[in-house]
Parts: sequence; C-alpha cells; structure tokens
Amino acid sequence: MINLRNILALVAILAAINASSAEEHSIVLASTTSVEASGLLANILPQFTAKTGIKVNVVAQGTGKALDTARRGDADLLLVHDPDAEQDFMDEGHGSSRRQIAWNDFIILGPSADPAHVKGGSDSIAALKAIATSQAPFVSRGDRSGTNAAELRLWSYAGYPPDQLAKEKWYRDIGGGMGQALSAASAMDAYTLSDRGTWLSFNNKGSLVVAIEGDPRLLNRYDVIELDPQKHAGAKLVAAKAFADWLVSPEGQQAIGAYQVNGQRLFNPSARSPK
Amino acid sequence: MGDFFEIVGLSIWVSLAATAIAAGVSLPIGAALAIFRFRGRRLIVVLVNAFFGLPPVVVGLVLYLALSRSGPLGSLALLFTPTAMVIAQAILATPIIMALVHRASERAWARYGDELTSDGATRLQAVPQILMIIRADLVTAVLAGFGRTVSEVGAVILVGGNIRGLTRTMTTTIALQTSQGDLSLALALGAVLVGISISISATVFALAGGARTAGSDEV
Repeated sequence: MINLRNILALVAILAAINASSAEEHSIVLASTTSVEASGLLANILPQFTAKTGIKVNVVAQGTGKALDTARRGDADLLLVHDPDAEQDFMDEGHGSSRRQIAWNDFIILGPSADPAHVKGGSDSIAALKAIATSQAPFVSRGDRSGTNAAELRLWSYAGYPPDQLAKEKWYRDIGGGMGQALSAASAMDAYTLSDRGTWLSFNNKGSLVVAIEGDPRLLNRYDVIELDPQKHAGAKLVAAKAFADWLVSPEGQQAIGAYQVNGQRLFNPSARSPK
Repeated sequence: MGDFFEIVGLSIWVSLAATAIAAGVSLPIGAALAIFRFRGRRLIVVLVNAFFGLPPVVVGLVLYLALSRSGPLGSLALLFTPTAMVIAQAILATPIIMALVHRASERAWARYGDELTSDGATRLQAVPQILMIIRADLVTAVLAGFGRTVSEVGAVILVGGNIRGLTRTMTTTIALQTSQGDLSLALALGAVLVGISISISATVFALAGGARTAGSDEV
C-alpha cells in the first residue's frame, strides 16, 4: 500500500505545482465551437490578457454541453448562443447576468448542383420543406449546440419535429462540431445549417455554396453569462466579470467588430443595442 | 505557427511525465508480482493484463467526473489542466508497463530466483536485482507505455478540454484541425507525431540492443 500512498502524494504535489504555475489570474470560459472555430477568440483574447493579465482558457463545446459544464461548476464564464437553453439556465438560478455581445446570422449551405432547387432564396422554412420533399441529404450537428437547436427549431416550423427527422434516411445526424458538419456536408453533397462565422473561416468548402441567407429567423445571437455566486462559490467570478465587462465595453466591442476573415466581418457587436 | 512548438512540447512533456509516473509505480509492483506469493496475486495479474486495453475515452470520462468541481476530487481544481492529462495518461500506461515488467520478471525469477535468495537475501531485496537483470525489457516496457500516451487522444481531449495554449496536444490539435477542415496542418502535425514516435522507438531500441549485449556479457 506504500505505492498507493506514493501516488496520492504525487497527485498532491502535481496539484500544488499546477496551482502555482497556472496563473492565479486564469479563468475557464466554456464556449461554443463557432466562436472558437471562427478564430474570433484567438484574435481578441490576447488584447484582453495584455490589458488585465487575466488568461482566458477556452473550452470549446456546443452550447448545450457548455451550459452543462458550467452547471457542474467546471467553468467560470459562458459565451453561448441558444436563447432558449440560456433562458432555462437562468431560470434554474445558475446565472447572475446574461448580456448579448454580438450577432451574426445562420445560413443554409448546399451543394452547387442544388438538387432541392432552393439556391438564392431567403425563406428558410420553404427551403427546408423543399429539401425534405426532394429527399436530398441534410447534415445535422446533432450535438445540442446552439446551431443544432436553431436548426431543430426551423425544422419544427417546417413541420418536421425531431422524432420524425430521426426516422428519415436523408437526415444525417453526425453528432459533431460545426467544422465536422461542414466537412461531412461537403463530402456527402448535403445541405446543412451553419453560422456564418465558421463558414467564412472554413477551409475545406468543396462544392458547398450558400443556398439561403437573409431570413430574419436565421438571426444568431451570442450572449455572455456570468455565474451565480451562491451556486458557484468555487468559480473565479471576479476575473470572469472582468472579461464579461470587457466584452461589452467599447474596447471589447471594437475588437469583436474589427475581426475579419478574407476582408469580411464575422461578428457584429451588439452590446449597446441588442438584437 | 508559434503554437506549433508549444503543442509538440506539451505533448512530449505530458507523455514523458505520465510515462515516468507509470514506470515508477509499475516497475516495483510488476517485479513484486512475479517474486512474492500471496492470496489474490493471480487475480491482480489477470486484472493488470485485462487493463492493458483500457479504453481511453472511458478513463477520460471517469476521471472527468472525478475531477469535476462537483466530483469527489473537485477541490483540487485539476480539470482542464495539463496535470489532469498526465494523470489520465499515467492510468492508461500503468497496466501496459506493469504487465510487460511482470512477464519479464516472471521469466527471470524462474531462472535466477533460487540464486538470488540462496544466501539469506529476502524476496524484497530481490526486487531491484530482478529489475536489473531485465533492464533491457524495462526499456521496451517503458517505450510501449510512452507510445500509448503520446498517441492517445480520447482521454486527454476530455480531461484537458483542448484549450489553446494550455492543454492542446498534437493529437487533440489533429482532431480539431481535421474537424475545421484544415487538413494540411493536421497532416503536418500527424507527420511530426509519426516522426517523433519512430525516432524515439528507433533510438531506444538501439540503446536496448546495446544494453542487452552488455547484460549478456555480465551474466
């Protein structure tokens, strides 16, 4: 049993090293794959860290998983984009404040051959109905992310609730991140729903093109959520608040708006006039 | 590309630390399992060999729940840190190294056991001597453990969180870049990973060959 004791001692030492080497001022931000995959956070975080000395460690998950991570107490702050799931999180008392920082839009992408004949339109519901009727493959994230939630909402407006979609052969639930869904759609000549940020920064587009855009129902809002101090006493809430405040400050908003890929702005700052 | 060396460096550091811990635990226990006779020994040997193929994602999941702030070890605040990855990989490497050390020790004990205990030396004293005799096999065992850790992705991505600049290793970067469609960077990192694995294997096997020759001269 000497060895068991040794292991425990070692873990304790490692924990001590860890606590001293990982800066006092670092927070865990549970976020969505889209703000990470689009390169936004990699671009703006150094500006915040340079100003405050607080390092932000981003765990990029889908919105659903990110909210669960925070519920378990494993995150200090949230940056997510699923209004309904966020409202549940707030109603459960896990969050203390929820503020919008930016918006962009979802787009429906499809193969350039466009078997469902939906290209160029702006009515997302009509397009989904046409895709279903034509039985053209459609790739779903299937990961409880904000994009997945938005997609399922649109499908139910179109008359296809999730349990019915699950039965359809052309509906392909891949259980993956946005990039994976885009890769899969590109490989299968399928339609899919994406946030614009990830799409613009994606490097393996293949024959995928934008089929539907400009529908008001395709609005995509990003919120920063601070955690409730009573439920999450272990979280680093002061440092987390500093980052949340920075995101909505003129400086943070300017940094978000200035981020471009190939000359296109990916996120529109909206802290002052939430959409 | 400044990230590149950081990622490669972290991968190697985490794998080396995990392998070192696993070896520190496995060498004495692996040899002791061959030398000592006690109730439950066979069961332990069977379990160690069964854990040889422990699924990394399951190790990752269990460790994730244990290290979560709402889990039993939550107060250590280790989730999403390099330390969590070291622990996960050490858990994966330990049965591999231990099983290999045990097998080699058993052969050596069958051959030299009487000799080693003939002049009144205890079995405990025989442990380091057996390890000395099988030192060439130890290199192989530790190498197998290192190979497991450096190429593993399922457990480290769960407990490390794939955080840029903190817990992003070669394997998790390859998974991420592939999912983002950056196939060229994923391939480049894959080439580095394969290159590192091959060159370490080649170096250590060359050294092991030398040790084996030297060892056989002595014995």
